[in-house]
Amino acid sequence: MNGMNGLRRYQWLMGILLVALFLTGCETGHDFVKKTEFKDADKIVVIFAGPVDNAWATDVSNFSVYEEPDPDIRLNIKEAALGPDKTTLTLNFEAPLNQGEAHILSTTNIVSEGQDLGAATLTVKKLYFGILMTIFLGAALIQNFVFTKYLGLCVFFGTSQKRSTAIGMGIVFTTVMVFAGMMAWALYQFVLKPYQLTYLNIVVFIGLVSLSVQGVDTILRKVNPALFKAFGVYLVLVIANCIAIAVPLMLADNEYNAWESLMLALGAGLGFMLALFLMACVRERLELAKIPPSFRGLPIAFVTAGLFALAFLGFSGLSIY
Amino acid sequence: MSTTTKSNTQLLVDGILKENPIFKLALSMCPAVGISTSVMNGILLGTAVLFVQVFSGCTISLVRNYIHPKIRIPTYTLTIATWVTVIDLVLAAYVPGAYKAMGMFVRLIVAFAIITMRLEMFASREPLTKSFWDGLGMGLGFMVGMVTLGVVRELLGSGELLGYDVLGFKPLLFFVLPSAGFFVVGLMMGFFNWIEVAYNRRKEG
Repeated sequence: MNGMNGLRRYQWLMGILLVALFLTGCETGHDFVKKTEFKDADKIVVIFAGPVDNAWATDVSNFSVYEEPDPDIRLNIKEAALGPDKTTLTLNFEAPLNQGEAHILSTTNIVSEGQDLGAATLTVKKLYFGILMTIFLGAALIQNFVFTKYLGLCVFFGTSQKRSTAIGMGIVFTTVMVFAGMMAWALYQFVLKPYQLTYLNIVVFIGLVSLSVQGVDTILRKVNPALFKAFGVYLVLVIANCIAIAVPLMLADNEYNAWESLMLALGAGLGFMLALFLMACVRERLELAKIPPSFRGLPIAFVTAGLFALAFLGFSGLSIY
Repeated sequence: MSTTTKSNTQLLVDGILKENPIFKLALSMCPAVGISTSVMNGILLGTAVLFVQVFSGCTISLVRNYIHPKIRIPTYTLTIATWVTVIDLVLAAYVPGAYKAMGMFVRLIVAFAIITMRLEMFASREPLTKSFWDGLGMGLGFMVGMVTLGVVRELLGSGELLGYDVLGFKPLLFFVLPSAGFFVVGLMMGFFNWIEVAYNRRKEG
């Protein structure tokens, strides 16, 4: 595979991306607070740097919690419990928390061994990396576009006859998807939404996908003619793939930010590649199998895809949070 | 300019039977697998596709002499996208419940290969009336395919038709589950192939 060697050169880019991901979403609220996190469905755990006063910590009225977008709605705390080491405080809520949103926890002056350490305003949110991984795994495996969302089937059945074709299509599709996804995000957030043109979503996104295909085509032709010769034929097929238009629509519907959009596009592309590769492996074997004449070709491919779809149901239990 | 010798009714019938988009051309399979769980879904999405197919066919046919050949594909895409936006907003406004059940598929009509293919093969060469009948035939063919799948899945899966209890029991609950779409389409394609082979053999012998 010539193409794989070419990709290896860009590994440093992946490294920078990963570091950037880890750096996003770390914050400190108060010097005395080491860590805040969600626990179970209805608990927030606060870990202090030293022991705090039992009477202060177990008084529910010392704390107030709201979701970041609506500061007016205070969430009811049922019970506050301090661990035996006096540093772990568990806030028990009456209703399950919406853990996708960041929660703001404000306390009255923290009392620790008779000292007053001042009030604190803390942000409780899931580690951002975890949210991104959830979106990525969701798009690639749990909600695989081919096997659980039933999208992109025309191209899927057309290009899954040989493994080499499957890999080529997968790589080209992932590249175009990331390209188009990021442009769609920028266009949606900075043009369509501010000017209230969201009803033009379909027209704009389909144009954008064609444009990215054309762009990748032109760039690849100049930068790496060998790669273009190997993969150029698949570029046209990307436009005919409904996943290519479904991803921009999904990231607009869910109001994803830049990183989340990138993860969705990447997950969609890699998930499609995985589906293609698995299917190609089976179809290469099917060529040699004895199949009833009326089932040869597409019908048996559909039945095989059905078995894969059942297998992919098993991923529904997989999630980081 | 007209290159087809088929009559209007011939175009209509061909779209439904001989060139059926789902079972014969095997195009636009995504909705056929994804949301053919009920007859109602089939009728609604079929209507939407029919609308888009007929109107974009007529639009392209009207302006076919003014489109530069180099930009014809983008022109088709934008025309389809415009009509999809129209039907998308209309369905969202008047049948919100059913629209929600169909999820993203109404908006994804824009990527259906069948519509672009018909514009390229037919509407860009033929006059308005012929294009209208061809669009009608293809749209109806799609709807018939979707409804056939819907009938099979709903009747065998939940023993109902259009929400009314017909059989009183559920012969094959598996059919109505979302992941069974692949099996049903595969089995039905095989079944139609089998009928065709048997029919041809009888004709010969």
